[in-house]
Amino acid sequence: MKNNFVKRITSGLLVTGLLAASLTACGSSASTSEVAEEKEGKVEAAADADAGFRTVDEIKESGTINIGVFSDKSPFGYVDENGEYAGYDVYFAERIGKDLGVDINYVSTEAANRIEYLQTGKVDIILANFTVTEERAQEVDFALPYMNVALGVVSPSDAVIESLDDIGADDQVIVISGTTAETYLTKNYPDIKLQKYDAYAEAKTAFENGNGVAWANDNTEVIAFAIENEGYEVGIPSLGDQDTIAPAVTKGNESLLNWLNDEIESLGSENFFHADYEETLLDTYGADYEDTLVVEGGK
Amino acid sequence: MASLGIDVLFKGTNFLRLLQGLWVSIEISLISVILSIVLGLVIGMLMTIHNPLLKAVLKVYLETVRIMPQMVLLFIVYFGTTRVFGWDMSAESSAIFVFTFWGTAEMGDLVRGSIKSIPNIQFESAFALGMDKVQTYIYIILPQTVRRLIPLSINLITRMIKTTSLVMMIGIVEVLKVAQQIIEANRKVSPNAAFGVFAVVFLLYFIVCWPISRLAVYLEKRWA
Repeated sequence: MKNNFVKRITSGLLVTGLLAASLTACGSSASTSEVAEEKEGKVEAAADADAGFRTVDEIKESGTINIGVFSDKSPFGYVDENGEYAGYDVYFAERIGKDLGVDINYVSTEAANRIEYLQTGKVDIILANFTVTEERAQEVDFALPYMNVALGVVSPSDAVIESLDDIGADDQVIVISGTTAETYLTKNYPDIKLQKYDAYAEAKTAFENGNGVAWANDNTEVIAFAIENEGYEVGIPSLGDQDTIAPAVTKGNESLLNWLNDEIESLGSENFFHADYEETLLDTYGADYEDTLVVEGGK
Repeated sequence: MASLGIDVLFKGTNFLRLLQGLWVSIEISLISVILSIVLGLVIGMLMTIHNPLLKAVLKVYLETVRIMPQMVLLFIVYFGTTRVFGWDMSAESSAIFVFTFWGTAEMGDLVRGSIKSIPNIQFESAFALGMDKVQTYIYIILPQTVRRLIPLSINLITRMIKTTSLVMMIGIVEVLKVAQQIIEANRKVSPNAAFGVFAVVFLLYFIVCWPISRLAVYLEKRWA
């Protein structure tokens, strides 16, 4: 028994020793490669201030641009039945690829990882319905806008609400909790009674059942609702702060940012984004909202 | 059937894309599962060795994996390594690394538990027959361990297959993501498609996981 114990200990030590040796070997090789990496990083950093992104020339040289888009947000960025990316954002992306003379590698992004993708340089541009906000502008650089978003209010056609002053003291407005609509109305119109729902589907059913005189939400949502459902009208298509949607690049990528701004400005002269709207958004939002939603030439 | 929206799957190449997505899921999980089983056996045996330092290291490893959500691990490996070291790991290799890292730790713990559950008398009898340590492990302990491991590891393997749906967060388009794409692209023409499409995805996961369960039952009977 004692002999076994000794054997066990020696074999245990042997294995540990081997493991330790291999670990230190790994460790040392890792650290040398890290040092090499650092050196490389410094050289590159000296060359273009940050190794995390690619300039326009580098993109052209490589022949491919990586563009992050939504793959499941119809009609802005989605994949059609033939497996091709399509939508308002993608239509613009295609043009960018054409004008740069490079192939496009679409990367399917989620709302939650758009900033990470840019900060690590894993995509060159994000074109995923990215609303410009102050907080985001500290993390990434936004180019000129190409679309508007604001709040909208939809109401039944027989009692259209065209101004928030039309809402009576006893009338209730439906909102979804946690949306900008809720925040905006609570802050600016504290007298209006709100009826809050957690999910889109609940709010929709409540509104259809006549629980409230109007429904306030993102204008793209209410416009789509009014077009899909008969008997409703968007009385207020644009309310409150106008937010814009713009392409974003890695913070500090001046070369690509300037190229994009020039591109958006020059596309304005051929009414590119109106053509984009007519091609991709017309079915969902109709012709009436073209000028409300589209931003042409970055203005 | 049309009201369930299954018909959207037969538009264009939709169904083919769904199967391609399924293959991506299977590929990632299969490679990770195989690596996890092999490395898990090694780690599990190391876990039974009485060495304070080794024990502490492995304990930290196991607890890290237990505490960290897989999603966080994916973000750390895919985005974090680029940020800190400037490595540009592909999304697929990041996913395989994370799932293997997770699988190895859990598999290792299962192996440790199975080895510990084998009565000491088995070791002693083997030594009494004149076998050395390696022989004892190969001929006596491991065969019994593997048999005990089967039901435990099936849980882990099927869990790993299902958790691959998280890889959509690092841009890999797998079966669940394709399903969402198809549903969303047809939101207007077929609002109920979510029901039918997810039902088909459920069926696909079942088709993948069920044979694994059957294989486990078969092996358990054969090796019993």
